[in-house]
Amino acid sequence: MSDKVYMVPNPPTPNKAVEFNPDICTGCNLCVDVCPTDVMMPNPEKKKPPIVLYPEECWYCGGCVEECPRPGAITMLHPTQQRISVNWKRKDTGELYRLGMKNTPPPNTRPPSG
Amino acid sequence: MSTWHEYIQKEATLPEWPYPIRYGEVNEVAADVLVIGGGVAGLQAAISAARKGVKVAVVERGHAKRSGAGGAGVDHWHGAVTNPCSRVTPLMYTNACYDSMQGYTGGHVRYIITSESWDTLQECEKMGVQIRDVNDEFKGADFRDEETKLTFAYDYRSRHVIRVWGYNIKVKVYEEAKRLGVNIYNRMMPTHLLTADGKQGKRVVGATAVDTRTGEFYVFSSKATVICTGGAGRLYDFSPEVTASSSMGNMNAAGVGEAIGWNAGAEFVCMEGSGPGRLSGYAYAPYSMANAHNTYHGTPVVDAEGKEVPWVDAFNRPVKSQQGRFLPSEGQDFILGEGIGISRYLEQFRNNTLIPDLPERIIKGEFKLPLYADMTRLPEVERRNIFGMMVGNEGKTRIPIYDTMTRAGFDPDKDLFQAPVVTPEGYAHANFWSTGVNTPPAIRMLGGGGFLIDWDLRTNLEGLYVGAGGNLFGGGCHGESHTTGRYAGRHAADYAKTAPEPVVDSRQVEAEKSHAYVALKQDKGGNGWKEINAAIARIMRDYCGRYKNEQTLNLGLRLLNELKTTELASAYASNPHELGRLLECHALISVGELAMKSSLARKASNSILDFHRLDYPEMDPPGWNKLLPIKQVDGKVEVRELPLDFHLKPPYASTYEENYRLHCGL
Repeated sequence: MSDKVYMVPNPPTPNKAVEFNPDICTGCNLCVDVCPTDVMMPNPEKKKPPIVLYPEECWYCGGCVEECPRPGAITMLHPTQQRISVNWKRKDTGELYRLGMKNTPPPNTRPPSG
Repeated sequence: MSTWHEYIQKEATLPEWPYPIRYGEVNEVAADVLVIGGGVAGLQAAISAARKGVKVAVVERGHAKRSGAGGAGVDHWHGAVTNPCSRVTPLMYTNACYDSMQGYTGGHVRYIITSESWDTLQECEKMGVQIRDVNDEFKGADFRDEETKLTFAYDYRSRHVIRVWGYNIKVKVYEEAKRLGVNIYNRMMPTHLLTADGKQGKRVVGATAVDTRTGEFYVFSSKATVICTGGAGRLYDFSPEVTASSSMGNMNAAGVGEAIGWNAGAEFVCMEGSGPGRLSGYAYAPYSMANAHNTYHGTPVVDAEGKEVPWVDAFNRPVKSQQGRFLPSEGQDFILGEGIGISRYLEQFRNNTLIPDLPERIIKGEFKLPLYADMTRLPEVERRNIFGMMVGNEGKTRIPIYDTMTRAGFDPDKDLFQAPVVTPEGYAHANFWSTGVNTPPAIRMLGGGGFLIDWDLRTNLEGLYVGAGGNLFGGGCHGESHTTGRYAGRHAADYAKTAPEPVVDSRQVEAEKSHAYVALKQDKGGNGWKEINAAIARIMRDYCGRYKNEQTLNLGLRLLNELKTTELASAYASNPHELGRLLECHALISVGELAMKSSLARKASNSILDFHRLDYPEMDPPGWNKLLPIKQVDGKVEVRELPLDFHLKPPYASTYEENYRLHCGL
């Protein structure tokens, strides 16, 4: 608990929009280049993931994820108020699921058509 | 580490702006055709102009590879009536739209769209977009033509809406534009159209813009200009913290093209029309929840105990079979389909849907909440097509929905997909994710109006053409934007080939340049762009809502001007990004003024335009059944009258076929 405490504005709502995995992201900034609304800025340190500067301007189009050459480096995150709304129920068992839940079921690996 | 908050608390220092700052540096660009707005319409305009051998420049607010409302994808393409399987003709479709809107939509634009929509789609196919079931995934399905492998939406008999695998359509169109040598200028905030002698109403000879990364100033000179921008999504509604994720228009939707056109003296019609802002973002992430509309059309909806909600046809008669949901019923020639830029449908063209009295039946206890989409009740081809083909290619669905939900384990073969739980009135429309009841009733959207254009898609201003959906009187949605952009670009290039050299007025450029940088010189304690935008939206909601009168509209105009000359004039921008957003606020105010002045001109209530004048309460008096084109001349507003069917009256020919033949330029 020795971290310094700063005067900062409240975290924006939403705060993230996208999240980077620093182990996979190489800081190529292709996502920064194509974002229609300039949500992200290049990191001052080269090869590091971009910084999400304007999360409230994100449209959630997912273009940054499609542009990324390294799967898993960038993940689009719906705002919490949207994630909490996306619910489904397994027809056979009645189990309840939602987007963002802690213990997720195994992924459905079927790719989209085409 | 992803967020700015993390960064500054770890590094204990503010990161410097990452791009070079070059405020005031001037770049001059000359082109034969200048396209303003690099969305799907703008790039199609650029491509069709470049194919005519002229030099083309595109000014884009974001980055043209993935930007614009159409940049996020498309799953069904409307109005492709000339495809080999269609039972609909351009004339049938045009009349259906025109009659449904009682004349308040540009019939000529509809006719142009339906004459060339299929050709435009085939060009997209050549660029690499999949428009056929080439992998035979849906072999034998009711919606597939076995010979052409085309698949269809909404109306499986009439076959004029084509399902397409368009998640990457913007990338493909972008690559084609680059291949043809189109010069694309990204991150540009256009501030003004340049006109001959710097005068309103004269020939358009270019535009000015500010780079929102570096702050550089751009002066584009052009023989012809095509405006291909979107609508003013931030005009009535500015709460991005709540609405950005669930809106179908992004932050760049500030009505910039309409604003610069209005200020240059271009003529507009029906800007007094508006509708409820149900897509403005107060509901849920698009396509993220159960519903039975649009991309999910035909999906079985069941209640908490598995009881299925019945379907009805356009005449409120029961639709008993699943197949019937995708077929016209007795008395219908064909179904138009939704999302084509019209707000009213005659019954004979309306879609099948869920029972309209679902809210009452929920209140009575006949159906228990929550409702679910039970796609397991569909045959595999329909289920896979809805979730996997359409959801997966439609705008904002590839990554935001298909990828996100399948990674989280959702399986349409096994799972019931929950609908939002809202007040029962919210189930009156089958598009549950955009649930209108969640949107504050004062929030409106301008709709249906736009630039008044002729059979060449040219405005009243020499050298100025218009494409795209949201800003064009008679425009539509995704496919319509491609098609009108392509047509406008072709005509702009033809004009540019013989047009005189553009002469830019240096005084106009200097005035624009000094105006563009005002916000950088203000006190750092001043207002930011978000506070200004919120105030604009407040004025629009209060003074240009569904109900208006002479006094409130004039007060609203006064307040917009107050805001412009006081708070906006002293607002502060920290960097080129904020500067771009503040300049958009100027554009929003211009569009707001245009809507209010158009509203003052119509001294009668109008049901099609959802326009209610408290001081002229009689609805649809016959004497006011006309268009009221409006423009600025020397800063003064001029309004004239035009019959609704002006596009079939002199100087034009009397039939759609003849006018198209004379003007298509093919």
